[in-house]
Amino acid sequence: MSETKNFMFLNRRAPYGTIYAWESLEVVLISAAFEQNVSLMFADDGVYELTKGQDTAGIGMKNFSPTYRTLGDYEVRHMYVDKASLEARGLTADDLVQVEWEDWETEESVDNIVEVVDSEKVAELLAESDVVFSF
Amino acid sequence: MSDLHTVNKSPFEKNSLESCLRLSRAGSVILLYEDAVYAALKGTAVENMITSVVGDRKVYVLGPDYKARGLDESRIIDGVEVVDYAGFVDLVDTNDKVQAWV
Repeated sequence: MSETKNFMFLNRRAPYGTIYAWESLEVVLISAAFEQNVSLMFADDGVYELTKGQDTAGIGMKNFSPTYRTLGDYEVRHMYVDKASLEARGLTADDLVQVEWEDWETEESVDNIVEVVDSEKVAELLAESDVVFSF
Repeated sequence: MSDLHTVNKSPFEKNSLESCLRLSRAGSVILLYEDAVYAALKGTAVENMITSVVGDRKVYVLGPDYKARGLDESRIIDGVEVVDYAGFVDLVDTNDKVQAWV
């Protein structure tokens, strides 16, 4: 087996208007299946990907927002949100989906792996990742 | 009569809305759809772009695109009106021409 790396997915695009958000989610799921350490970062318009209550019935597109809530089951352990991006858009953590995580072996669990972090922390997390995938 | 200006890009990512507002005349009609619907939300860093023009331009937001993005209609800037697809068609029909700020 090849080594396990820390993958960071940097999401900076709003959902639906372009394909970036959906494509990122696809690659996240593939990476998790290959047992890499997968974290997600949402910054700029990417924070819009996590708004709760998305309802795409009126635009004839697949609503992929429920998929984010399943990422904990794919052993995605961290989903970070850039605080400055959130605030600039008039949003708070209350506007975002919550994602549960549980380790089936140890039964360790976390109620919500979505974490709002400041710019300094974002920079640190990006710098410490082995690979950053940009969408 | 007036022109309908359509904007479909996020105001945080592109200057489409900014240019539309700068280069359209008073009395123009503006429709925000797709990623431009984010501009209609209260409390954002770009809120004043819309609040500064609702007095002399009529601003609409496409409801299905707004709803798709998980935004609640109670958070739309005062003076901005929500339309559905039929309303979009009416706007195209009742204005002289459509100018798209893609």
